[in-house]
Amino acid sequence: MRVSAGYGSRPSGGGFETFSWYFFRISGVLLIFLAIFHLFLNHVATDVSCTSYQLISIRYENPFWRLYDWLLLTLALLHGMNGLRIVVDDYVRTWGWRLTLQSAVGIVTLVFFLLGTITLITFHPVVGALGPNCIK
Amino acid sequence: MYKGQSGMWSWLLHRITGLGILLFLLIHIVDISLLGFGPKIYNEGIALFSLTIVRILSLALIGGLLYHSFNGVRIMLIDFWPKGARYQGAMFIVVMILTIVCFLPMAYFVIAPAFGINPGNMASGM
Repeated sequence: MRVSAGYGSRPSGGGFETFSWYFFRISGVLLIFLAIFHLFLNHVATDVSCTSYQLISIRYENPFWRLYDWLLLTLALLHGMNGLRIVVDDYVRTWGWRLTLQSAVGIVTLVFFLLGTITLITFHPVVGALGPNCIK
Repeated sequence: MYKGQSGMWSWLLHRITGLGILLFLLIHIVDISLLGFGPKIYNEGIALFSLTIVRILSLALIGGLLYHSFNGVRIMLIDFWPKGARYQGAMFIVVMILTIVCFLPMAYFVIAPAFGINPGNMASGM
């Protein structure tokens, strides 16, 4: 496996590492807006104790928020797991461990992507779940 | 980017905050998946975020995310702006100032409820 820091000068050659280098930057720009607004919405505009099942039910009536959260999930997971791939690439020297850990990175990415996506798509509020929004 | 200078510390901090945010993201995907188990289980899970210790961890997340965001912009300026490399040290100082300036007001809203203060964001929500 080729070694790349994902940092510093742009990998040339047009292969996967070049794609990865650009992906970090493009997803990074989008994530600045998506993640900081997400934090503002759920920790500042309303306290975290108010992001209850009831609030999510109201919010997810609008498909925009499902799309927003899915975009945040997908970009953050791929950006973060690609970063972890590079950390493994940097520090793990033996072939067997590299293969094991990089496979684990791939499997974890897939499993968490599916878990998050399925949760977002299949969420359907339970009837009668309305009540106070904030959990005391 | 030399050993012991700002380039090394910004790089190390970028890597540590990135791994920390990733760890939180994985936990967060699991706690959100509790939505599928109904209101009682989900709300019990999300109530953990109101604990003081978890609010302190949230502060670390917010600080880490702000730093990683601003330093990411700095990295892109080094990459794409011809004078970026020359000003990387100055930009690191700007990154630290922006991180602190944005962190403080957000931190107040997150930590105030732990001291019994309602900063005005405990209403019914959007």
